[in-house]
Amino acid sequence: MATYNLNINGKTAQVDVDPATPLLWVLRDHLKLVGTKYGCGIAQCGACTVHIGDGAVRSCQIPVSSVGEQNITTIEGLSEHGDHPVQQAWMEVDVYQCGYCQAGQIMQASALLKHNPNPSDEEIEATMSGNICRCGTYTRIRKAIRLAADKSQNS
Amino acid sequence: MTLIRTKIGRRSFIRSSALAGGGLMLGFSWFASCKNAEEAEAVLQMPDEWFEINGFLKIGNNGVVTIMSPNPEIGQNVKTSMPMIVAEELDVDWNNVIVEQAPLNTDIFTRQLAGGSQSIRQGWQSLRMAGATARQMIIGAAAQAWGVPAEEITTNAGQIKHEGSGKTAGYGEMAAAAVNIEVPEEVKLKEISEFKIIGTSRKNVDGPKIVTGQPLYGLDYQEEGMLIAMIEHPPAFGMKLKSFDEEGVKAMPGIKDVFSIEVYPDDYTKLWADATVFDELVVVVGASTWEVMNAKKALKAQWEPFEEYKDAYDGREQIVPAGLENTSEHYNKLETMGAKLAKVVRRDGDPEAAFKNAARVIERRYSCPFLAHNTMEPMNFFAHVTDEEAKLIGPIQTPEYMEKSVSARLGLPLEKIDIQMTRQGGGFGRRLYGHFLVEAAVISKKMNAPVKLVYSREDDMTYGVYRPSYLATYRAAFDENNNLTAFHVRAGGIPESPLFANRFPAGAVDNYLAESWEVGSNISIGAFRAPRSNFIAGAEQSFLDEVAEEMGKDPIDLRLEWLAKAEKSPVGEENDYDAARYAGVLQLVKDKANWSTEQPGVHRGVSAYYCHNSYVAQVLDMTMEGGKPVVDKVTCAIDCGIVVNPDAAVNMAEGGIVDGIGHAMYSGMTFKEGEPQQSNFDRYRLIRNSEAPKAIDVHFVENEIDPTGLGEPPFPPIMGAVANALYRATGKRHYHQPFVQERSLKG
Repeated sequence: MATYNLNINGKTAQVDVDPATPLLWVLRDHLKLVGTKYGCGIAQCGACTVHIGDGAVRSCQIPVSSVGEQNITTIEGLSEHGDHPVQQAWMEVDVYQCGYCQAGQIMQASALLKHNPNPSDEEIEATMSGNICRCGTYTRIRKAIRLAADKSQNS
Repeated sequence: MTLIRTKIGRRSFIRSSALAGGGLMLGFSWFASCKNAEEAEAVLQMPDEWFEINGFLKIGNNGVVTIMSPNPEIGQNVKTSMPMIVAEELDVDWNNVIVEQAPLNTDIFTRQLAGGSQSIRQGWQSLRMAGATARQMIIGAAAQAWGVPAEEITTNAGQIKHEGSGKTAGYGEMAAAAVNIEVPEEVKLKEISEFKIIGTSRKNVDGPKIVTGQPLYGLDYQEEGMLIAMIEHPPAFGMKLKSFDEEGVKAMPGIKDVFSIEVYPDDYTKLWADATVFDELVVVVGASTWEVMNAKKALKAQWEPFEEYKDAYDGREQIVPAGLENTSEHYNKLETMGAKLAKVVRRDGDPEAAFKNAARVIERRYSCPFLAHNTMEPMNFFAHVTDEEAKLIGPIQTPEYMEKSVSARLGLPLEKIDIQMTRQGGGFGRRLYGHFLVEAAVISKKMNAPVKLVYSREDDMTYGVYRPSYLATYRAAFDENNNLTAFHVRAGGIPESPLFANRFPAGAVDNYLAESWEVGSNISIGAFRAPRSNFIAGAEQSFLDEVAEEMGKDPIDLRLEWLAKAEKSPVGEENDYDAARYAGVLQLVKDKANWSTEQPGVHRGVSAYYCHNSYVAQVLDMTMEGGKPVVDKVTCAIDCGIVVNPDAAVNMAEGGIVDGIGHAMYSGMTFKEGEPQQSNFDRYRLIRNSEAPKAIDVHFVENEIDPTGLGEPPFPPIMGAVANALYRATGKRHYHQPFVQERSLKG
């Protein structure tokens, strides 16, 4: 066991856990931030995607001991009022079916737009292909990302 | 005007006021607040008092309405569409509605089950009546208050009006009095032309919670003092627990206990929803998921093959054969059986003679592998069981059935079992089978503590209640003029047959033969989105494509020709489809896809199917890029009667299409010595974003027929459309799913 002070969603959170514990389970079990989802545990589905700094990472593969002082953003902290352009676009397009994978999809999409505000269709598809949606909402995910890109550029 | 007797009965429409605490409707769990509690409060002023008019709804003194969504939500969006139907007849402004997930209560709600695409179809009448009855009681209260005849009172969007006296009021003002109005014996339902909510697109009521990561799902549920439990199941089908070594594991960090459980003891009679062949499991319980996962890896359990046994199910005995099965042997058995005479299920005319006298016969065989459901949220359930009662919270498609199972397993009366439904991270049929709920209950009882049972992805994928592996043999006989003279389907599977003997083209062919066969297995199987149809539709629709080609006919025109015959002079009396509606979707898709216009480089496949009471036709456009097939576009026509929530219905169709393309092309579960060979998404391939169609264009037949479901119908036919487009794109017919790694068929 070891103590870590994590910077999550603009706040500091202290946890006392095994250093090998993946960030995913620190978030879900210890910090009650359950918006980040468990899907596969081997970085194949993207359900657990969070941001470290500006980049999207699979939190199931990040030992808590490796995070240090980097800023972590989870779906709960993506925006203060749930109104990030990607969240707005997701609601406008009504993307989700079961909704379970969508936090990971939104975190992946928002990281994409941060680095590439106006991605091509190919870039969207390539970036989003690491995130499985078992319900098959892929065409709506693409549409929402294009809408969010428009929103960001026009705002 | 439609007069309908309120046959739900008085017992169902329990009236209670908020003063009495609203009985079981209020504050039943922290999942209760729904249409985005936070957001709803920001927009809607919460009432000081709620008045429960009947089990489906309560009205606040300020006119805000809460509508209960009775059925489990697995992504089919019934949590939005079912309350829309109530709101329509109640005649309220949808913006004033809050939706809550109803508790399990079979006294009030009928069929609280997610399956068979039946929620809307079977809920239609009772949901309308619930709304209309409440509206009638509001009107009754206004009539008494104003001293005017109820018949002269009109309503509009939550407002009550009496034209003659000029009196008006909001529903909220009459809600308290409405509670004491006699439940009407008959209610007037709206004309379809009067609908204001049904037929208009309304957003998913959980949307704002989904995009902000609120705790909606079973796996998100937490309680003070809750422990985490995981199971270790036999590594292979055909094996059972021999022994395990708990000592080293018990001492690991965070671990509270290690033990084995009998999920279903020998003297337990299973219900169908208890389907499993892993009756004894090893359990690890601890403080956190990661610690329990690690401890589970350190478990040293010994397993041994079991002998054939009989499993007692309600009303039947199931023989579970011994043996460690292999996929290669499965396919050998399928092919052997597919070549032999089987049990005749339907015979029209004299098919044997027609085949004997045919100028030409074509015969084709189609097959598919086992499939794992792979819901994105793995199986899980929370349980807190004491000597007196059991509280269970989580994702389950069959809460009514599992309440009975838990009651029988724990020896507690039904009324002491409280099952609460969470939003579910996918269902696809997997959560019809709730052994994990019984496991959670047994573990909680043993630990005497609240426990959340969590399956790892590997547990989830290798402890499946899989889609069976099927094979279908199709034959068609032609005369010297290329007319079809007989049609023959012989279908079977491990361990059940996918045959629907009375579906098209039965009824359209004079000489028709359908045979069915089965091969036993100890691999647990069950319903997977559109059971049986999810294979046989693709096989049949691929074969029809070859028949059309043999006859030199356009594949849509051939189907329309046969459907015209089935409509005008059907063969046999048991045909289970409406030929005119079937033809209707084909005509619509032909029109919307501009079927008659060829585009260079675009290869098209068509398919149409009827299942779960709805009709779907699809045209799939494929192009080849760098030798790889790309699905450019799918055009889809659907007849599901009245469409309750159009954009959400389009979403379901899009999802079914993507799901169907994915499973036809990429997915499959194989076994070696009984052991599932795919245990996570690195080896089990699911369709990805870049592989989904570039565009999906969905159209609905407009009619005034009572609505039918959409969770399943758009899924099966697309597999045929994929196969038919692949043929045009590559010149090669594909018979064996998944098409990207098609096995070679012997013989």
